[in-house]
Amino acid sequence: MTRHTPQATLLSVLFMGLGQWYNRQFMKGLLFASIEIAGIYWIASRLGKSVQGLFSLGDTPRGMVKVGKVYQPVDGDHSIFLMVEGLISLILVLLLVFLYCICIRDARLTALNREKGIKPHSFRVTLSNMANRNFPYLILAIPVTAALLLTVMPIIFSVLVAFTDFAAPNLPPAKLVHWVGFDVFKNLVNLGSWSKTLVGVATWTVVWAVAATLTTYLLGTIVAVLIQQKGIRLKAFWRTMLVIPFAVPNLVSLLVFRNLLNEEFGPINQYLELLGLSGLPWLNDPTWARITVIFVNLWLGFPLIMILVSGILTTIPKDLYEAAEVDGAPRFYTFRVITLPLVLYSTAPILIMQFAGNFNNFNVIFLLTNGNPVVPEYVYAGGTDLLVTWLYKLTLTNNQYNFASVLSILVFIFIASVSILNYRRTRSFKEEDLIQ
Amino acid sequence: MKARHLITYVILILLTASIVYPALWIVMSSLKVGNSLYSETLIPKAFTFDHYRELFTSTRYQYAQWYMNTIKVAVLSAILGTLMTLLGSYAMARFRFIGRKFGLMGMLVLNMFPSFMSLVAIYILMLQFELLNSHWALILVYSSGAFISNVFVAKGFYDTIPRSLEEAARIDGATHWKVFTTVMIPLSKPMLTYVSLVIFNGAWVDFIFARLILRTADKETLAVGLYDIVNQQTSTDFTFFAAGAVLLAVPVLILFVWLQRFLVEGLTSGASKG
Repeated sequence: MTRHTPQATLLSVLFMGLGQWYNRQFMKGLLFASIEIAGIYWIASRLGKSVQGLFSLGDTPRGMVKVGKVYQPVDGDHSIFLMVEGLISLILVLLLVFLYCICIRDARLTALNREKGIKPHSFRVTLSNMANRNFPYLILAIPVTAALLLTVMPIIFSVLVAFTDFAAPNLPPAKLVHWVGFDVFKNLVNLGSWSKTLVGVATWTVVWAVAATLTTYLLGTIVAVLIQQKGIRLKAFWRTMLVIPFAVPNLVSLLVFRNLLNEEFGPINQYLELLGLSGLPWLNDPTWARITVIFVNLWLGFPLIMILVSGILTTIPKDLYEAAEVDGAPRFYTFRVITLPLVLYSTAPILIMQFAGNFNNFNVIFLLTNGNPVVPEYVYAGGTDLLVTWLYKLTLTNNQYNFASVLSILVFIFIASVSILNYRRTRSFKEEDLIQ
Repeated sequence: MKARHLITYVILILLTASIVYPALWIVMSSLKVGNSLYSETLIPKAFTFDHYRELFTSTRYQYAQWYMNTIKVAVLSAILGTLMTLLGSYAMARFRFIGRKFGLMGMLVLNMFPSFMSLVAIYILMLQFELLNSHWALILVYSSGAFISNVFVAKGFYDTIPRSLEEAARIDGATHWKVFTTVMIPLSKPMLTYVSLVIFNGAWVDFIFARLILRTADKETLAVGLYDIVNQQTSTDFTFFAAGAVLLAVPVLILFVWLQRFLVEGLTSGASKG
């Protein structure tokens, strides 16, 4: 038996395609070789520059430069372009390394087969194999590329921005952006105004998330149980009516509430005045605004819980209740001992999801109050601003990109830990038997 | 016995009233004569459809244009997004290949990233590259995001379809592509309907990203346009807004009625399975 493996492998390591050539797969070899040639050309001509750009983020700002005797405007470096180019280069390098590994593996496997006496495939067979064995890669190509470009790359970019001084007034193309390490994180904690805002907004975010989750959960469960009671008529009617908030787009309901609760012209205050009471500053006073958003969220959110709990209630075996009735247990006792634990048990994961969702509940806050009313001692934030709406404002209206990035990293860490906890819990739920 | 039921009925009636009131109020306001937020009675003394007509004839706001933009963005996102979800999740569910486990884990983590994190970055990038104000930005982002957020639903669906179906076709000599197009796609119809409607609905009402990207009134979608009307601090266009809001909600309501069965089933099975 002739040994082929070491030669083929080594040749491919030396230069992509040589191993294939050795295995007499000329077309394939040619393809791999041209990939390597293109790669080397690209590395030689661009890679150095773009990696250096990623590290330095540019060294000539836009401005006037003296050429000979006259000043001429020069474009200068655009730090963000350099950063993105550097990122894409790094991704391309990874891709090249991946192809290189595939090439070596392919040469080795073919050589191994030759040692066993299997003739290497012709190019046509290779192509048809591609369509068959590599079918999953083929159909994954488009969705994965799109996800990489539009989700993964932006997230990496966003993380990188957190370590720069990319914030108004330091904006390209007029100015250069620099790497500043953890300075932005430190500033957020150490600068009086920023840290005050961070603590204030973060506290309110947690309070809001807890309150919003608990209120919707309680009301939803109570309503579901009330409708489920024996002897209640028109069950389907009540359920259909109460599910309306879930069916109307949030956007519409929230904008409608914003008008309903208008301090001067809104009908709610109008009714209060008819009753001889004075109108309330629903959305214009920090404390009232906080209470109002929680109530409006309750209106929006309880139907979902009601649907979920109703579904669970129908799965509770009837004989449990019958047994309780035979034993002469009072209704409320039955509820407390049978219904509540079973419902709690199966909705616990939903509860955690809801908490995470409310933590980032952009729509309710932004559409209802815009984060206002303004709190004077906050930096670019208002009394009802959550971390997410604050970072949205920091990006869109105030151009404080680096602070916004730091905030989104903090939010991610928090949400990810909650989600992982939830994931583990649901897994453990699956392995237990709910009803013995 | 009766007293307890009475309390229940009182609670249910009060809740229903508080639910119905805002909906009734906005519909009534859209039919009211005049244009102010203030109204003496809930049910107007005279009804008019002028505000609906105005939506499509007024020159102050380009409501008709917004409607067309929204339809374009939502339909194209639904088509592209469903296609990507279909391809991607089929591969993830049905094949065992190198990188599969890693890919699934990756998508689980990506689902944990607050979606606005990449949205904000995309905004900064597009701002720098001067690509803002384009509908294609919205469509591409919605549809590629749809793959990541729906892959587990779709994969769960494929996991319930027996493998013997494909194996039989494969033994008869069909290629993967043939099995995919002639066996799997027809079977996937319920899942495809669900996913495409979810994407459509998401794109129809999305406010966050649309507001970041769209800059001029002629490019805006309904969500952004309506927000701008309300946000102007003047209450003079209130009835106009009311009519616009009703027309925005109608397609979603129709979808909801249509989808209700799927939705409730999906939600409740998710809840009891955990």
